[in-house]
Amino acid sequence: MSNIKSSNIRNFSIIAHIDHGKSTLADRLIEKTGLLASRQMQEQVLDSMDLERERGITIKLKNVRLNYKAKDGEEYILNLIDTPGHVDFNYEVSRSLAACEGALLIVDASQGIEAQTLANVYLALEQDLEIIPIINKIDLPSARPEEVKREIEDIIGIEAEDAPLISAKEGLNIDDVLEAIVKKVPAPKGDKNAPLKALIFDSYYDSYKGVVAYIRVFDGVLKPGMQIRMMATNKHYEVTEVGVTTSKQEPVDKLEAGDVGYVIANIKNVKDAQVGDTITDHNNPTAIPLPGYKEVVPMVYCGIYPAEGEDFNTVRDALEKLQVNDASLIFEPETSAALGFGFRCGFLGLLHMEIIQERLEREFDLNIVTTAPSVIYKVKTKSGEELSIQNPTNLPKETEIEYMEEPIVTATIMTPTDYVGAVMELCQNRRGVFINMEYLEETRVNLHYELPLNEVIYDFFDALKSKTRGYASLDYELKGYQQSDLVKLDILINGELVDAFSIIVHREKAYERGRSIAERLKEEIPRHQFAIPIQAVIGSKVIARETVRALRKDVLAKCYGGDITRKKKLLERQKEGKKRMRQIGSVEVPQEAFLAVLKYDDK
Amino acid sequence: MKDLGLYIHIPFCRSKCYYCDFVSFSGKETKIDEYTSFLLKEIELYKDILDEYRLKTIFIGGGTPSYIEGKYIGRILDKIYKSYDAGGLEEVTIEVNPGTLDEEKLKIYREYGINRVSIGVQTLNDNLLKAIGRTHTSLDFYNSLELLRKFGINNINADLIFGLPDQTLEDCEEALEKLAHLEIEHISYYSLILEERTLMDKWYNEGKIELPHEDEERKMYHKGIEILTSRGYSHYEISNFSKKGFECKHNLFYWKLKPYIGLGLAAHSNIHKKRFWNYNNFEDYYNSLKRDSFPIDGNEDIDHKMEMAEYLIMGLRLIEGINKKDFNERFNVDVDSIYKDVLNKYREQGLLYIDDQWIRFTKKGLDLSNIVYVDLLP
Repeated sequence: MSNIKSSNIRNFSIIAHIDHGKSTLADRLIEKTGLLASRQMQEQVLDSMDLERERGITIKLKNVRLNYKAKDGEEYILNLIDTPGHVDFNYEVSRSLAACEGALLIVDASQGIEAQTLANVYLALEQDLEIIPIINKIDLPSARPEEVKREIEDIIGIEAEDAPLISAKEGLNIDDVLEAIVKKVPAPKGDKNAPLKALIFDSYYDSYKGVVAYIRVFDGVLKPGMQIRMMATNKHYEVTEVGVTTSKQEPVDKLEAGDVGYVIANIKNVKDAQVGDTITDHNNPTAIPLPGYKEVVPMVYCGIYPAEGEDFNTVRDALEKLQVNDASLIFEPETSAALGFGFRCGFLGLLHMEIIQERLEREFDLNIVTTAPSVIYKVKTKSGEELSIQNPTNLPKETEIEYMEEPIVTATIMTPTDYVGAVMELCQNRRGVFINMEYLEETRVNLHYELPLNEVIYDFFDALKSKTRGYASLDYELKGYQQSDLVKLDILINGELVDAFSIIVHREKAYERGRSIAERLKEEIPRHQFAIPIQAVIGSKVIARETVRALRKDVLAKCYGGDITRKKKLLERQKEGKKRMRQIGSVEVPQEAFLAVLKYDDK
Repeated sequence: MKDLGLYIHIPFCRSKCYYCDFVSFSGKETKIDEYTSFLLKEIELYKDILDEYRLKTIFIGGGTPSYIEGKYIGRILDKIYKSYDAGGLEEVTIEVNPGTLDEEKLKIYREYGINRVSIGVQTLNDNLLKAIGRTHTSLDFYNSLELLRKFGINNINADLIFGLPDQTLEDCEEALEKLAHLEIEHISYYSLILEERTLMDKWYNEGKIELPHEDEERKMYHKGIEILTSRGYSHYEISNFSKKGFECKHNLFYWKLKPYIGLGLAAHSNIHKKRFWNYNNFEDYYNSLKRDSFPIDGNEDIDHKMEMAEYLIMGLRLIEGINKKDFNERFNVDVDSIYKDVLNKYREQGLLYIDDQWIRFTKKGLDLSNIVYVDLLP
């Protein structure tokens, strides 16, 4: 690569609470180091997916290499590695942090430290990173940088006196940030003569090049022509290209210990270059992989079906395309009586599910219907069989079941003490078992709970955020399976059982859920020319009932002054809405209704 | 020579009603003179384009055309008569509000050939009038009516709205009975539709006002039909009733999708398989005309398929419905063959009545017309 020695390389990421200015700072760093002229720069370069930009969160990791001439007169390479910011992608965050020696911690000068900031700081501390606090948005009138500095020192316990005071938006004091990176982030260590050890922190599929894996080389050298081995899968490949990412991908001769870059090696599927895996030299392998690899297993399942008029095969093609890029997405064909042919898909969590759903709709322009999410239940039948059920429809009759088990997670919820009561109440409502509470400092605690996963996937994260005004953060890990009194809750619309609405719930929660789903469906299902009964049933017992009243009036206002165009627009909007409907018997059910079953009422 | 309907927009009002989303301004009286002169310019500009058309109807709407001085209306009509072929003119309507008329205005109206007046009564309940932002009372209406009759206006329409906040069925019945008793020739009986960005819509969303329940609102409609038809009115369009021979000829241009031109702010035109509409602000409207160019803000080409759909959508507003032969003559194709599925579906559902000659809404269909319309759109 270049003639810059490894002591002049700095590998770092940026961690921050949502909206504290991570992407804007990244833009400024890129601009300041002259990688892109500011006018040719798209706003927020790193978040390149539309969806990410809209949600203001980063989903896929990216990295970029910056050249910087520091005040000491030396040339430095700064590798910025971006991280996603949601619990579903916690593992990816920890892997990208593992590729760095330092992290910029951005704190909003008026809002101070927030829960997510802290959660990410702990992840960074676990990786032994040097943390450089940066105080952003000092241009705001409400900025209180001195207080925020003290907060950082008191709560996180890191020196903040010299923290750069910046405004990423205004481009203020960005040089201070670059200098701090050079001075404070340690240069990478590592032995370039040792056997190759490189960590994959991201990968994606390119239709021309195959899989491109973003890596951090810890030991050894990686160059084209080499045989490499993926330590998790033991598969080996010949390297065709290595390079670094600047404004584009630039091939280089080799990547050495300390470098961040990409590798291309004729890999056909991202599953074979999974985040967290260690790449080594096939002919001279290292004995021990880098720590921390874990296979990503889907935690949440749901059905994805083509909406009215959409083709099964187009949906499959789209899922396949997404999967090439997203190793954590899995799917297989299934059939629903109500929805016809579709797919059962597995996701890391609810957000991951929503993202995939939105990408199908936006990037592939598909009309799809998503069913209620489910986890994997274990069922022991009276005949002694053991079944894994992730689609409620496949659950055997209650009389045939000996017992059922459901997945349990250990959840860590970090919250300001003000909200402990609210959080405990929420966990209690979700069948949580309290384990303990630890004080992080006077005003902040970690609550540990055991929670059934099927409670967590129903809107738990949103409820937690809204009950704590966004301050609490959640982390969870699968603990194992536990026997539980579960029942299948079915929904009948206009007398017809709609299998896509069926869910598995704890018996004690069945009434409440049944009522809440029926109420929500009543709101979501548009009124028809006839009244539509909605019933929630367990077996043959009706536990809740609502009615969508018959539509009595659906007319346009007077057509004034010949403005037909406007009336037509109103009709066209109505028609657009109809397209997203799914015909069930004689009832047209909008796609939103299928999401209604996954919302709780306890916000 | 082809027939043409002409619409003139007067975007001024004493005050804005709470439910109104038409292009109209209050407090801009100083602009009236200027606006009129630009309107005259626009009339002039269309001279050549309309030389193969013959004016059948003129409709001066608003806003409140009766709010501005009579001389402006005179100037506008004078200019129209001088610029276009007005020999076959049958109907010249002006919209007025109770309390804005005087003898001087009416003299001018008569002088310039206005033979039909549409009064915005809305309701005869003074509390309701106040609550919806009208600045007149029921008494103003009676006075205006007297004046109109005195000046020999023998073709009068009264606009009524039902479904207003706190309105009762009795309110509606009473107003309809009174109007029928007064032998008003034409009554428009509209369902209140909350339009976006109106005060009333805002208040409704904020929970500050309540509207009659849908069932109650439909009762008001059905009762209205019952009262008026029993009083000798013909229910000829979803919201319109008239004594025999007093159907609004101008509106028939819209409902039958015949060519019409709209002049003035935000006015819409439909001619030569094209629909276009004017700027909705004074500045752009004036600037265009200063350059002698048409003040057109946007347009839409109507292809064959769309035209057929619009023909059905507009035409079904008429109670008699669509005449199959007319459709065939206009489009050279059978309506049954093109819309077979939709027509069958809604006949089965009881929204449409179809026989050898006609397609029309059933009573139920009139209440649920959008359901059919949506499926007719290409």
